[in-house]
Amino acid sequence: MSGLLLHLRQNYGAVLAITIFVILFVVFLSLHPRGPSVYVMTTASNTGAALAFVAMGQTLPVLTGGLDLSIGSILALCNALASEVVNGSPERVALGVVLVLLTGLACGLINGIVVVYGRIQPIIATLASGAVYTGLALLIRPIPGGEIDDVLSEAMTYETFGVIPTSLLLIVAVVLLIWVPFKNSVLGRGVYAAGSSEVAAYMSGVRVDRSKLAAYSLAGLFAAIGGLFLGFQTFSGDALIGVPYTLNSIAAVVIGGTSLYGGIGGVIGSIFGAYILRTINGVMFFAGAPPLAQPLFEGIILLGAVALAALRVVRIRNRLEVMD
Amino acid sequence: MVRHVLSPQGPAAAVLKRVDRPVLVAFCFILALIFAGSAYFPQVLTATYLLQQLQIASFLGVLATGAMLVILLGHIDLSIPWTFTGAAIVATALAGIEGTGPLALAAVPAGLAFGALVGLANGLGVAYLRAPSMIWTLGMNALILGISVFYTGGFAPTGAPTEFMRAASVGRAVLDIPNAIYVWVILGVTAVFILKLTPLGRYIYAIGNRETATYLSGVRTRLVLVFCFVWAGTCSAVGGMLLAGYANQAYQAMGDPYLLPTIAAVVLGGTHILGGRGTYSGTVMGVVLLTLLSSMLSVMQMQEAGRQIIYGGVIIVMLLVYGRGGKIQG
Repeated sequence: MSGLLLHLRQNYGAVLAITIFVILFVVFLSLHPRGPSVYVMTTASNTGAALAFVAMGQTLPVLTGGLDLSIGSILALCNALASEVVNGSPERVALGVVLVLLTGLACGLINGIVVVYGRIQPIIATLASGAVYTGLALLIRPIPGGEIDDVLSEAMTYETFGVIPTSLLLIVAVVLLIWVPFKNSVLGRGVYAAGSSEVAAYMSGVRVDRSKLAAYSLAGLFAAIGGLFLGFQTFSGDALIGVPYTLNSIAAVVIGGTSLYGGIGGVIGSIFGAYILRTINGVMFFAGAPPLAQPLFEGIILLGAVALAALRVVRIRNRLEVMD
Repeated sequence: MVRHVLSPQGPAAAVLKRVDRPVLVAFCFILALIFAGSAYFPQVLTATYLLQQLQIASFLGVLATGAMLVILLGHIDLSIPWTFTGAAIVATALAGIEGTGPLALAAVPAGLAFGALVGLANGLGVAYLRAPSMIWTLGMNALILGISVFYTGGFAPTGAPTEFMRAASVGRAVLDIPNAIYVWVILGVTAVFILKLTPLGRYIYAIGNRETATYLSGVRTRLVLVFCFVWAGTCSAVGGMLLAGYANQAYQAMGDPYLLPTIAAVVLGGTHILGGRGTYSGTVMGVVLLTLLSSMLSVMQMQEAGRQIIYGGVIIVMLLVYGRGGKIQG
């Protein structure tokens, strides 16, 4: 029992995000004219899936104390690439999916190399690499279009066994097959150690360089999954689709309880952070808020969430604790 | 401030020692750009072309002047795009459809006040609520976007810049030099004055190095933070009104393309993104470099894809030359 309490306290941010999401989602379902049904659940799950993948990806560099401002561009590049290669015969489709995922991984690895060996600050390094990835995406797909295999797309955006949204299963699968093993590996612990104190981690023999490379690479991979999923939803590619995703992913990560200073948090919170952002839109739509006021509410809620998280300064006795 | 120590001896070395490396490298790159460009198009070397580039650069320059002080603190202001757009909308709305409405005189002061107010909100959130500046200013940006969309109904804002805004942007009052350049110079000189000659300037560098230490030295660090964000907001507003005067209108999202170049210009100029060091001359170099680079690429009729790739590539390569951090040490 005390173990459970400790676990809850350590994951305070994620628990808060899950609670907020559950409340929001209940409100959303009660407002939705069709009520809880398989169709509504699938739509809700699909709507937030791409952002959830990108937010999962963003979490890793943030945990190391860095940031990936190229993540939206990687998503767009992978989306554009998918509209070229993920179509045709089943073998070609399978190969295309692998190619897209490898591309995302490679983009992330390049970010990691520039940050770790180039020793350029992550904010500016990924800002620049993001421009390069956007350029590549525009080369592949100057105007939106292309084609993505519709059999695979429908399989991924409908339900499995007729009841469970496949996108939800996909998220769970990524968490269980990639995140959990990674978090428990030496590399994954190194990510948290590097974010807590890079110098201390280095002095303790943690291979900080390898952990950071892994974090940025995985961020690219997750962004690729997000780009692929967006392709499944639209059956096409768009080189500029990633623009809002970069900043939204940071918002989702923060709402999900991961510290922007690194070392604290995890991808589970970020997934719920992403779904909170998306559910708010749904709630406002069905609550009859004027569509024009929607961006205003989004801004207020984002600021409110950050201010809420910032209220810890009230509890702090020594002002020095919040500096640095 | 850490100066790069160059080893060569002699009079040339003495000059080199006084100029820091980012400024030097960026300056050489600018010269190379101009000469390479003039090989393709001789008109690049004319005063008309260069003045026109400086006029375009002055929008970015004004924004970078604001952003630099915030970055020196070790913070970042992501609300630039919509502070910029919001100030332009406020000013043109007050000026009316012809730019000569009854409230036209209040247009520029109102735009400036808008920028300062956004900056104040940014500063209070960062200094007193201790919200991370990156996410707090991002939220601020979303909030202004929301207000603008709600207020204008999502349509292009009606209203035109006043005569004064137009003149400040495209007029040529003295020596046939565009006035926008003078606006940039005035703000730049003010920034240099603050950074070099006032205690406030030293506090800014000190906070960027270590806020705790500065606070314990008796500096009221929170006021310094608030000041820098107000300054940045005001600069963004000036930039927005200049562009409104140049484009003869305000339009939704007019500031969006400016965010990344602004930060890139400051960092390319050698200001450390984590704060604590950087020179204003570097920022000027960064602004001119990025403006010239994008101008050259469009003169060469490069496609958007190629422009993005080269733009990003140049930033990475230049930072690899002089912007590398230190190794981890115990």
